[in-house]
Formats: sequence, structure tokens, C-alpha cells
Amino acid sequence: MRRIGDAPGVRRVLIGAAVVLSALFLLLPLVAIFAQAFAQGVDVFWSNVSDRYTLHAIGLTLGIALLTIPICLVFGVALAWLVTRFSFPGRRLLQTLIDIPFAVSPVVAGLIYLLLYGRNGWLGNWLDGYDIQLMFAWPGILMVTVFVTCPFVARELIPLMQAQGSREEEAAVTLGAPGWTTFWRVTLPNIRWALLYGVILTNARAVGEFGAVSVVAGAIRGKTNTLPLHLEQLYQDYNTVGAFASAALLALIALLTLAAKAALEWRQARREALA
Amino acid sequence: MSIRLHNIGKHFGRGRHQTLALEPVNLDIHSGELVGLLGPSGSGKTTLLRIIAGLESADHSQEPSRILFGERDVTHIHVRDRRIGFVFQHYALFRHMTVFDNVAFGLTVMTRKQRPSSGEIRSRVLRLLEMVQLEQLANRYPAQLSGGQQQRVSLARALAVEPEVLLLDEPFGALDAKVRQELRRWLRHLHDELNFTSVFVTHDQEEALELSDRVVVMSNGRIEQIDAPETLYRAPKNRFVFEFLGDVNHLEGHVSQGILTCGDARLNVDLPDGHEELLLRPHEVRLATSPTAECHLPVTITAISPVGAEVRVELEADWLAKPWLATVRHTDFEQLGLTRGQRLYAHPRQFHRFQQPDTIKADAPVA
Amino acid sequence: MSLARFGALSFKTEKRVLPGFGLSMGISVLFISLVLLLPMTGLFGQLAGLSLAEYWAIISEGRVVASYMVTIGAAAVAALVNAVFGLLLAWVLVRYEFPGKRLLDALMDLPFALPTAVAGITLATLYASNGWMGRWLEPLGFPVAYTWVGIALAMAFTSIPFVVRTVQPVLEDMPAEVDEAAITLGARDGVAFRRVILPHLWPALVTGTGLAFVRSLGEFGAIIFIAGNTPYETEITALMIFVKLQEYDYAGASAIASVVLFVSLALLLAINIWQGRFIRRLHGGKG
Repeated sequence: MRRIGDAPGVRRVLIGAAVVLSALFLLLPLVAIFAQAFAQGVDVFWSNVSDRYTLHAIGLTLGIALLTIPICLVFGVALAWLVTRFSFPGRRLLQTLIDIPFAVSPVVAGLIYLLLYGRNGWLGNWLDGYDIQLMFAWPGILMVTVFVTCPFVARELIPLMQAQGSREEEAAVTLGAPGWTTFWRVTLPNIRWALLYGVILTNARAVGEFGAVSVVAGAIRGKTNTLPLHLEQLYQDYNTVGAFASAALLALIALLTLAAKAALEWRQARREALA
Repeated sequence: MSIRLHNIGKHFGRGRHQTLALEPVNLDIHSGELVGLLGPSGSGKTTLLRIIAGLESADHSQEPSRILFGERDVTHIHVRDRRIGFVFQHYALFRHMTVFDNVAFGLTVMTRKQRPSSGEIRSRVLRLLEMVQLEQLANRYPAQLSGGQQQRVSLARALAVEPEVLLLDEPFGALDAKVRQELRRWLRHLHDELNFTSVFVTHDQEEALELSDRVVVMSNGRIEQIDAPETLYRAPKNRFVFEFLGDVNHLEGHVSQGILTCGDARLNVDLPDGHEELLLRPHEVRLATSPTAECHLPVTITAISPVGAEVRVELEADWLAKPWLATVRHTDFEQLGLTRGQRLYAHPRQFHRFQQPDTIKADAPVA
Repeated sequence: MSLARFGALSFKTEKRVLPGFGLSMGISVLFISLVLLLPMTGLFGQLAGLSLAEYWAIISEGRVVASYMVTIGAAAVAALVNAVFGLLLAWVLVRYEFPGKRLLDALMDLPFALPTAVAGITLATLYASNGWMGRWLEPLGFPVAYTWVGIALAMAFTSIPFVVRTVQPVLEDMPAEVDEAAITLGARDGVAFRRVILPHLWPALVTGTGLAFVRSLGEFGAIIFIAGNTPYETEITALMIFVKLQEYDYAGASAIASVVLFVSLALLLAINIWQGRFIRRLHGGKG
């Protein structure tokens, strides 16, 4: 088969360039994270990770992610079901609105929440009357995290559910299945892998969000410090090894995300090859 | 320009996963000929065409393989320098270019020395578009054209560089029956007018027989027969060619003392004793209301399709493994007053039989 | 007759076959209103307290304008570099087979998966004068950390997947016959790439580069560590918002944020419209 650019010389030069540049630009930083984290040995790494404040940051970060995922999941599935199974005026608008968090700078996202729910905001002011403080506390972190992560599940599901069409669900309904049964037994098995991938992406972003969270968290050590905020503080305090110990934990989650994605894609490719 | 192929074979894949696509073949195509490569999918016809084009290269074997265009040895010449025109099944038009730019492409990518002036390119492209009757659509994009129109653009594009060899890979395969018929006529017309050598691939026997000067029938990576369409149809060399070129009825039975029997069917044949399989085309079956002394083949009509030049009648019987198909002229059909469920007698006008060298007959003497 | 009228009547209150319209509509609208739209009112409320002159004074202040220049300039450089690098990567990943290809493919998503703050401190450490890269680059008279080059580098790092992942599927779906058609018509590789492949990929490449640019404009965590944050020189606009906030200047922060928000949304809209127009031309639609 003859294709453009299949001459051995061209091939070798292009592959070489891509591999070398990727290694320098993408792989080297990854290696550097772990090299820095373990620069003073495993013991120092462990003592950094098991530091009281680090442990608290880990707990807070995971807790936020655990709360974010079900919220995004419910919203993502509902929106995907709505725009792929029904046609109604405003459908395209909904699909456009869902992209807003991708375009909005995280700092701006944090700011708009701060403005609304902070003491100066009209809603924050009202809530303050009931002694409810959302900003500079974990609910604020949760709210901005939901804002930045909400498109992921829906964006994974919509193209898939669009491609699959609603024939199977219609068949189930004509066979007399009630709504929830149809969803659990027909829809869910078809979308579960995309759903899982959406959750993985949501988790990765929820765990790592920095800009938006740093605006609303107030970064109180041992209280509202998520792992990214914690590593920033350590870094600013010239505790490089400590900062990179936290960075290594986050990088590990990133690597697991990549591995999960690769595994899901491999599974998909194999299924397509069998079909 | 003649095309001569010598010892061209092809395997795909490597090592244990290697599969044979084409057994080493030799083929001579005369200058100005229109040749069809006909075969079922997987027969190696497209591979052969792509090797002629230079899109695939033939296997290296001990006996060297050679491809000659006229006197020019193109075996090791890159596709782009072979000066061929290639038409793809799915048109492969450049979708971001207008029809005009598509047709002009081959001319505009020539090196500055060879490239005609822009005025010359323009007039040549317009002439080609006129020839394929698309001059009105020169500024359209491919997505705005029908399939048939796109294939005509693709043909014009391939002809723009004035190739002496035109290769077409299932050129009409993606089109509906009516457009296909029209484009066939087109191709034949252009071929005769411009006098190039054409090779096209098809799996449609009707298309191959109607269009070609000669047909190359292929199966399983082998050339089965190369002949003019009439010869091919009348004198198929083997059973594969016979079966591939049209509908076939089978009659299988035991011959003893010049009589073939199969259940309650009897037919006098001039054949030696033993197991026999006879084949006959639908038009070689005559239907009558009574048997004769030589022929007793009782059948029942199970379906009648009166569409087309002839009436197609499906026949079944206890002694038949697969139903037979008979074609009857409309006048005969009315005369016989055929209806579904009617019991009749079939009379073969003639039959064919093929010795299969690779199968040993059960009752043939084992050497 | 009566049946026809019944049909016409029932059209408006057409019964939806599948269940859950009300529920999914309720959840979606409630969520979008509460999470996406309601917070915007806070921004507009804050802006409403500003006169036009005050607003203009904030967003046209010298230091802020300098930050626009730095941000836009670095984002443009990052996007252009990524257009070339991303195209190369997509091409190599789709067109060639080589050992380690799957690993390289997986690596492409790293910038999306890696938290931006982690990327930020890592790049800053790598390109600092005693870092693995900075050690080599600085003696060559090419400092990266604490310059706008560092900002562009961090932007390029976080946004490279946009280009790769938009171009890759289009290149994958491009039928082999398009290549073959160009080659059989006598086109050399360079010409065929420029005249056939590049135009084919153009919509995806522009979209991916545009998304990378938008993302770079808003990026914060990956940049602030390597930028050095010298006023007028290496301050990005997102940092300006942050600085105003730390000074409890909510009005100032909102004004600048409104500029960033407007530009990002306008660009997103422009990319969508442009893409739609291009796709219409390539996939039919008369005109």
C-alpha cells in the first residue's frame, strides 16, 4: 500500500522528532516529579506524605472528589438522556451551555462563586443571616469543583447515546417495561463504559483543580487545604521535597487515569475487532 | 499501450499470519483493449489491479516478476511516475476542492517544466468536464453532487493527465442500478473515443460481460479463464466459471446402462456408468405437460416471477436437493397457462458436466 | 375525517414514547441554572456597582493591559507551536507503526490528567537555572523560567492534547484512497500533503488550535510558578484577578474577569460557528 509520507527516510525523521520532543516535553516532567519526591530517599518521602497537614489535605481532596462524582453523574446522565432521547426547543442551547466551564478560566470560575456566596454577594449576605458560611469552607470547594467538572460525564455520554439511538429503549417500552427498568436493564449496560470513563475524567479534574479552588478555599492549613493548595504552600515555603511528595501522589492518580483510559480504549478496540 | 504481467503474485501479512492474495499469474493485455477482472470478493482481482497501478508491490520470488507498459519496464517505478489513471470505487474526490480543482489537480502538481500553462490547464479541464457533461457544475464541491456525478468527476480527473492506461476499481459498485447502466455506456464510449487501455475490476458478471473486450475470471487468487465474453459464456473452461457466470440447475444421480436415475426422475444420457452431476442454465430447461420415453423429470411450480424479458419459474421436486430455475418466454408461458402448484415435466435442452480434477469421484476407479 | 382531525389535534400534545422527559429536564435545567447561570449574576451584580468610567479605568490600567499583552502573546505562541507539534504527533500516531506507539499515545493525555499545580511546580523546577533543562538552556543565553517563554511553555504543556485529540480522529477517518488518488495523479509527498492532506485536516487543526488558545488564556495553576510574576513583564491576566482578590478589590477583580470571560466565550462561539460553516460545505448542503 502506498501512502503519503511512507518513504523510510521521512518515516524515521518524523517518528524520531515526535518521540524526542514528547520525551523532553511530556515525559521528562513526569519523571522529574518522582525524582524530586524521592530526592532525599523513601523515608523522607514517607514522612512528608504522613505529615498531619498532608494527610488532612489528602482526606479533604478525596472527600470532595467523592461528593463531586455522584452529583456530576446524576446531572450528566439526566442531560444526556434529555438531549439524545427527546427533541424540544432549546436543545442545542443546553448543549452549548454545558461547554461553558471548559472555556471559563478557573480563576474566573472561583471568582463568580465568591462574588455570589461571599459576604458581599446577595446570596452570601442572605445566608450569612442564618450563619451559613459557604466560602472559605469545604462547601465552597465542592461547589466550584462541581462547576469545573460538570461537563465531563455529559460530554462522554452524549455522542455515544446519540450514535446508539433510542430504538432499544423504545423496544423495551413497547414490551411493557417501566421507565426505571428500561434505564437500568437496557440503557445502562450500553453506556456503562463511557460512564466509567466520564467518572475517571471527573475524578482526575476534581482531585487536581487548583485555580478555582484557590480563590474560594482561603487555604487554611489543616482546614481548607486541598492537596494542590497544600503543595503550593509547601513550594512557596521552599519545602521542595515536601511539595513534590504531594505532587507525586497527584501524579500517581493521573497515571492511573491514563492507564484506565488506555485499558478502556483497548477493550473497545478489541470488541470492534471481534464484531 | 499494452500491459504485460509476468509472474505477479502477492501475500499479505507476515510469518504465520501470511495469507495468499494472488498466486503468481501471467497476463497480456493488448493496446487499446478494455479488460474486465471478474471474480467474487477475495478472488485477488483488486490486488492484481493495484499491483498494475503500483499501489501494491508484487512478492519477491526466485523467478523475477515483471510489469511492462508497452516496452517500458515499470516494475520498480513508483505509482506517481507510472502515468496511469486510477478510478476508485468510492470516488476519492478531494472534498475541499471544487469539481474544477479536482480535475485540474493532476496537471497542477506537475513539475514546473512539465506543467501546462494555466490557460491550457483551464481549457483542458473544461473540455474534460464537457465530455462528462458536468461543465455546469465546475464550481460545486463534491458533497453537493450525486454519486454518479462524483464518479464522472473522478473519471475526468483520472483522464486529465492523459494516461495511456486507465485502471478502475469497482467503478460502479457504489451506484444504483440505473446510474450504473448509464455510466457503463459512458466508459465504453470514452474508451473507444480516447483509445487508451483500460482494466476494470467488478464482481458483477453482467457488467463484465457487457463492457469488456475480454474478461479475466478469477477465484481464490487464481486466474480461471481469460476469454471474450461470448466464448466465456458458451464455453466455460471449468465448473467455477460456469457457475459464476449465471444461474445454474444441478441434477445429480447414478448412471447405469445409459439411464440416469435420481428418486423417481429418469433421464437417458449417453454417459458411462457411475455417479454423475449435470448442470444446466435456466434457459436450457423446457417445460412440458407430459414426460417422454427418454426423459421423466416430474416437477412442481412453487413460484412465478413474470418481471423482465422472460418469466422466471421456480421448480421443486422430491428428487431435487435445491429448487430449479427455468426461464420461459412470455408467449410460451401464456400457452402453457402456468400456475403455482402445477405439476409439469422438465426437459433439458442440453446439459454440461465438468470433471473436477481435485475431487475423486466415489465410484471412479481408484488408481 | 374525524380521524384526521384527531391526528391534527394530538400533534401538539404528542405523547413521548420514552419516559423521563420531565425528570431529566427538571434535573438539567435546575443544575444548569444553579451551577452555571446563577453564579454569573454575582459577577454582574458586582459590575453594576461600577460606573462606565471606573470600569474602563480598571481594565485599561497599564499593568493590566501589560498582562493582556503577555497572556495573549504567550498563548498565541503556545497555540502556534502546538499546531505544528500537535499535527506532527497526530500524524505519527495515526500513520506509522513503531514500538512504544501505545505508550506515546497514552502520554498525550498526561497534561489533561495531571493537576495544573503539579505541572506548574514541575516545569518551574525543570527550567530553573539549576533544573535539568535550565542548566543546559541558560548558559546558551536562553532562560525560560521567569520569562514569557516559560509562560508560553506552561501554556503549551497544558493545551497540547487539544490539538492532538482533535486532529487524530479526522486523520484516522481519512480514507486511504485520498492518499492514493493524489499519488496516482502524480503528486509528490510534499505537494500532496500541502494540497490534499492539510486542507482535509484544516477544520480540525484550526478548532484544536483555537481551543488550545482559549484554554491558554485562562490557565493559572501551571503558569504562576514558572512565570516569575514581575509586574508589566511576566504577569498573566488570571494572576491580576487573583492579586486584586487578595487585596479585597472585588470590583477590580470582577472588571478584569468580565473581560476574560467575554473574550473566552466569544472565541468559543466563533470557533463553533466557523466549524459549523466549514462542515456544512464539506458534507453537503447546497449553495
